[in-house]
Amino acid sequence: MEKLMADLKAQIIEQLNLQEVKPEDIGDDQPLFKDGLGLDSIDALELIVLMQQHYNIRMANPDDGPKIFQSIRTMAEFITANQKA
Amino acid sequence: MTLNKLNAYTIIRPFHVIKNGEVLVDEQSAGLQEFLRSLYDRFAGQYQKFHKMDLLSKLGWMAAEVLLQDMPMDKYPQEDTALVFANRSASLDTDERYYDTVQDIASPALFVYTLPNIVTGEISIRHKFKGENAFFVSEQFDIPFMTAYVQQLLDTNAAQACICGWIEQYHEDFEAVLFLVEKEGRGAALPFTAGQIEKLYQ
Repeated sequence: MEKLMADLKAQIIEQLNLQEVKPEDIGDDQPLFKDGLGLDSIDALELIVLMQQHYNIRMANPDDGPKIFQSIRTMAEFITANQKA
Repeated sequence: MTLNKLNAYTIIRPFHVIKNGEVLVDEQSAGLQEFLRSLYDRFAGQYQKFHKMDLLSKLGWMAAEVLLQDMPMDKYPQEDTALVFANRSASLDTDERYYDTVQDIASPALFVYTLPNIVTGEISIRHKFKGENAFFVSEQFDIPFMTAYVQQLLDTNAAQACICGWIEQYHEDFEAVLFLVEKEGRGAALPFTAGQIEKLYQ
């Protein structure tokens, strides 16, 4: 799980072009949206693309987005539970 | 018709920046992306959204950033500053990049920049402008048209101030020339006429 969370931080920084953010700046449980990392609705779409490109996971229900993308940890938990072997 | 004032102007071309006739930056650069990052570090910073913009928006946003340094606009209600821009290539550079991604998974981050007037939105968000805005596409910078359009906005009280000009970018070809026009003079306080704009645009 620790390795996956570290990978996710690096992938999010690259995919969302967060050039002034370092992986260690992102807390495992820090909110990704609003007052946390400050991501917006377009970033949410990019996170969906990231899940598909890097982990081959298609999100069946977009309504689950806020729960899944709450933090790095919730993303990692979702990937672990849904990634095909 | 009152004679409005051209209170500041900024020119960004490869690879220099001029404000009100003074050369602020003149440097070697590997390309537009690197040049804009260098200007960001020098004149802005701490605006995370800059890094997500396409090159056209970065160019226009950066030109506005330099233009408005030492020219506070908070004396006007948010609705009273207009933005009027024009260019030749619209958002073609980003359109092509977006099209390339469509072959695989279309990029939402690129898609939102596939219109040239997004740059007006980026400048508006930064400076909290909510006034009239327009973005025209023409082969050349039509200075008589631009001057008349801005003049009418101010004369009809649709705006008290206007940032206008030419923001062109396609691949590594780029040019941003922005003017701050107001009813009252401050700063450079040049007469806002087509002849004056022609002279500065040379």
